[in-house]
Amino acid sequence: MELYFRYALLAAKGQLRYRSTFFLTAFGQFFVPFFVFAGMVMLFGRFGNLKGWTLPEAMLCFSVIHVSFSVSECFARGFDMFGTVLSNGEFDRILVRPRSTILQVLGSRFEYSRVGRLFLAIGALVWALGNLAIDWNPLRVATLCLMILGGIAIFSGIFMLGASLCFWTTEGLEIMNVFTDGGREMAQYPLTIYQDWVRKFFTFVIPFGCVNYLPLFYVLGKPGASPFAALAPLAGFLFLLPCALVWRRGVRRFRSTGS
Amino acid sequence: MIAYISAFRIRLIRGLQYRVAALAGVGTQFFWGFMLIMVFQAFASNSRESSPMSLSQIASYVWLQQAFLAFVMLWFRDAELFALIVSGDVAYEFTRPVDLYGFWYARLLAGRLASAALRCLPILIVAALLPAPFTLLPPTCPASLLLFVTTLFLGLLVLVAISMFVYILTFATKSPMASFLVVGPVGEFCAGMIVPIPMMPDAVRRVVMVLPFRLATDLPFRTYSGSIGSVEALEGIVLQLLWLAVLVAVGRAALARAAVHASILGG
Repeated sequence: MELYFRYALLAAKGQLRYRSTFFLTAFGQFFVPFFVFAGMVMLFGRFGNLKGWTLPEAMLCFSVIHVSFSVSECFARGFDMFGTVLSNGEFDRILVRPRSTILQVLGSRFEYSRVGRLFLAIGALVWALGNLAIDWNPLRVATLCLMILGGIAIFSGIFMLGASLCFWTTEGLEIMNVFTDGGREMAQYPLTIYQDWVRKFFTFVIPFGCVNYLPLFYVLGKPGASPFAALAPLAGFLFLLPCALVWRRGVRRFRSTGS
Repeated sequence: MIAYISAFRIRLIRGLQYRVAALAGVGTQFFWGFMLIMVFQAFASNSRESSPMSLSQIASYVWLQQAFLAFVMLWFRDAELFALIVSGDVAYEFTRPVDLYGFWYARLLAGRLASAALRCLPILIVAALLPAPFTLLPPTCPASLLLFVTTLFLGLLVLVAISMFVYILTFATKSPMASFLVVGPVGEFCAGMIVPIPMMPDAVRRVVMVLPFRLATDLPFRTYSGSIGSVEALEGIVLQLLWLAVLVAVGRAALARAAVHASILGG
């Protein structure tokens, strides 16, 4: 753990050396989702509500997913960029060190410029909470925190899965973007609006629905919500298990590449 | 003229090589298409207000947008041209006995055409065969098909003229970052890629309708589905021609100016 913080600190120092690049990238990271956010506000402005969801409610959905995404993109970026680590032979060096591979790959890269997106997402979260009359109790607060943590777990799991597949393909797979970027864009709206098969896929296979849509029923006190919905975000952590298994299989299968 | 045509052909042939990558891209685009249609239709189908676009018009709009993505995206970039500018090899470009603006323009145009040529047919065919709320319907009449094709190609010309500014700006500032960070998302939004223009609030719509970005996307795609009538489409064609003339003239002047003040990087 200590080693991980040392990695994180080093990367932070390194990136802040190039201050203007850092701020420009962060600004760009803010800008791109900002228009998606603006689009959502406009659609609600035009149509009032979305299958019974109001703008602040949907915004809560949006912000939970975007906070999770930006945090995991910042810290699990090492897995996202793993294709290059593998193809230039750097992974051999990781293997000879007496530390866990997951820790080292996580520590290999940090993308702090994602604070731009995080900034927007937290802004949206604060705005949504300010405009909702939620009957707060400790369990609800805990659920909200779990939702964000569960979301981070899912995105990190997908990054890890994508990285593990590199052991078989040696290069990064574009198609994984469907699950990271696509999953993010999809889950930023409440899952009610999608067709049944989409909803089932994003609840039972990749449990995005479990970290924002289902538990929100409980947090918002929507009719017919059971307190069990509060436990749904735990599915996000369960999702990490198979991902870690695939990773281990991949590492075992690994034959060196590059020089 | 031959120089421009061969620049165009080289890029076109090069672009057509990446068939597998294009196929993977098509898969991703289907995913996005489905998602966007579901989102917009969910908004449109349960509102108190009547929707400015019918459900089938939304589906057509989204599929055309996905099929001709390469015609409409500002972030679609020619990485080699960027590398050329940043590495300083752009100096060689200036030694060529051609008009640089026309040369680059032909190159960018070909890059987009090649990418769209590989992607549009599979998307259009599959989208036309999809079940009810997702179907891409045939155009309402032959006239609107003709208007669609005309506005689509003129729109492409306008878009390439806009994207030339990204390269000129990169050339002037020597950093590809600034131009892409700003021009990309803003242009995309104003083109109606994130929210279709009829669904925007009135105040925003008025601004966006004045800007040239919508001429490459909103105009052709809504002409196809009949959301824009033929009279309005004809007006749009006039607008496209005017903007094209203005953008090319300004772009040419800007490139010439940037060339005078140019200092070449690299050694």
